[in-house]
Amino acid sequence: MKKRIVLAAALLITLFWGACSRRESRAGQKAVSIQIKGSDTMVNLGQVWAEEFNKIHPNMNIAVTGGGSGTGIAALINGTCDIAESSRAVEEKEITQAEAKGFKFNEEIVALDGIVAVVHPSNPVKNLTMDQLREIFMGNIRNWKVLGGPDMPIVLLSREVNSGTHIFFKEHVLRRGKKKGREEFSPGALMMPSSYAIAEEAANNENAVGYYGLGYISPRQKVIAVAKDPKSPFVEPRLASIRDNSYPISRPLYLYTNGKPQGAIKEFVDFVYSKEGQDIVTKTDFVPIK
Amino acid sequence: MANLRKVKEFIIEKLIFTSGIASIVFVALIFIFLLAEGISVLRYVSLGSFIGGQFWYPISDPPKFGILPLILGSLLVTAGAIAMAVPLGIAAAFYIADVAPVKLRNLLKSCVEILSAIPSVVLGFLGIVILVPFLKHFLHLPTGLTALAGSIMLAFMALPTIISISEDAINAVPREYKEGAIALGATHWQTLTRVIIHGALPGIIAASMLGIGRVFGETMAVMMVTGNAAVIPTGLLQPVRTLTATIAAEMGEAAKGSPHYFALFAIGIVLFVISFLINLTADFLLHRGKNR
Repeated sequence: MKKRIVLAAALLITLFWGACSRRESRAGQKAVSIQIKGSDTMVNLGQVWAEEFNKIHPNMNIAVTGGGSGTGIAALINGTCDIAESSRAVEEKEITQAEAKGFKFNEEIVALDGIVAVVHPSNPVKNLTMDQLREIFMGNIRNWKVLGGPDMPIVLLSREVNSGTHIFFKEHVLRRGKKKGREEFSPGALMMPSSYAIAEEAANNENAVGYYGLGYISPRQKVIAVAKDPKSPFVEPRLASIRDNSYPISRPLYLYTNGKPQGAIKEFVDFVYSKEGQDIVTKTDFVPIK
Repeated sequence: MANLRKVKEFIIEKLIFTSGIASIVFVALIFIFLLAEGISVLRYVSLGSFIGGQFWYPISDPPKFGILPLILGSLLVTAGAIAMAVPLGIAAAFYIADVAPVKLRNLLKSCVEILSAIPSVVLGFLGIVILVPFLKHFLHLPTGLTALAGSIMLAFMALPTIISISEDAINAVPREYKEGAIALGATHWQTLTRVIIHGALPGIIAASMLGIGRVFGETMAVMMVTGNAAVIPTGLLQPVRTLTATIAAEMGEAAKGSPHYFALFAIGIVLFVISFLINLTADFLLHRGKNR
């Protein structure tokens, strides 16, 4: 018991000392901290960027948190973060809100992402057209039999509305790229709180079909090859097929800042565009832009 | 000296008064804030189509704010949880209070306390990993993420409340009643079902109502296991979306001052009103029991 207390105390002191020395020492340099917030899809990417950036600039602390693209942009508008990671472009109403606060968004496209439709590995369906995907997620096709699978009901897995992935899938697949379309996800679609939850359910449920970012691909789910239209070939989501735009469901990933980036924030954005930064993009399963 | 004591007395009195009043002030402030923010949703949608609307598409253009599926989802999950937790909880309370040997009683009581100490997110996690796949395979469902899974998780959460308060109520029944009944030749079972239960009934009802309140407001575990599909439920074996899960899942996205933001506050009002009604019913039943 006593040992434990001593250990805990020692740990606390070390942490405290570490925290203090970080802020104050470093030969008198002032510590700068950058808050990055937003897309759950990009949270890993942001964290690796932050770690590597921190190795080059040890006096800059970068905190990366998720919560969804909308959450990050809202935080940028409210001034509680410096950089918003977003898997969708800012919307008009967000631009108006930013103007009301007296600033303009600065947009940087830093990587590309493919949205992958996945099913249970035992599902014989492996190819779908964009129209079929649309009908499935709108709830018009309700049985795998129609698509050449077994006679089983289709269970739809979607992300919650605070997810950029949800919005992109809706606009790009359901509404065929028309932002103002009227198509909606079937009300019966299960709203999962994270991409992890979708991956987990798709791995365990042979009726399920879901979607997530390229980075979540694992052998526990089967990836669907998608064709733009019935005449086009079915394309699997790969780095190359997203880059040459032959895979139909891909999107840019953004960093948003309050006006043109300056100082530490500019250094970070420059780092993201550097060769090292773009190598990290590849390593975290996204597609580099350069 | 006497003066100092008077001042001390005065300060302490006022401090206690402020503490007592504080809870009233807090409740009033919370309600006023909730009302002020939530009522604005009526600028975008009528009361009828808010409460009675069948579709919840909060971020579409134009948005649809129909919370009927959410209300029914919450009620269904709560009803399912109560149907499981109340009989089990009351039976357990009788066993612990009146039947179990002393050693076992103490052990059971600490176990109930431990059950109440499990964080709801941990229960939800166990639900996802164990309960949901089990339900799917056992009942041959398209998916295990159903209202039933939520009800079972919530029943676990309501049990400690129901058991400990019912047990107190049973213990509070005067010893003479029990002794009198047994002296008249009643069996233990007859004493329990015909004498003790009458004395303890108001307390047991209050316990159940508190359990219902606990279940209705629970968020995390429900959000993790019910599938969150905003459809009007027709049975326990379907995915549902609850009021609480909707607020928790969407509040991050809603920009302050947007229709969606007001709609989430309005859901908060609905939750508040329903919880209030539950508590009111509990109070009413409790007092009726006492006056008889």
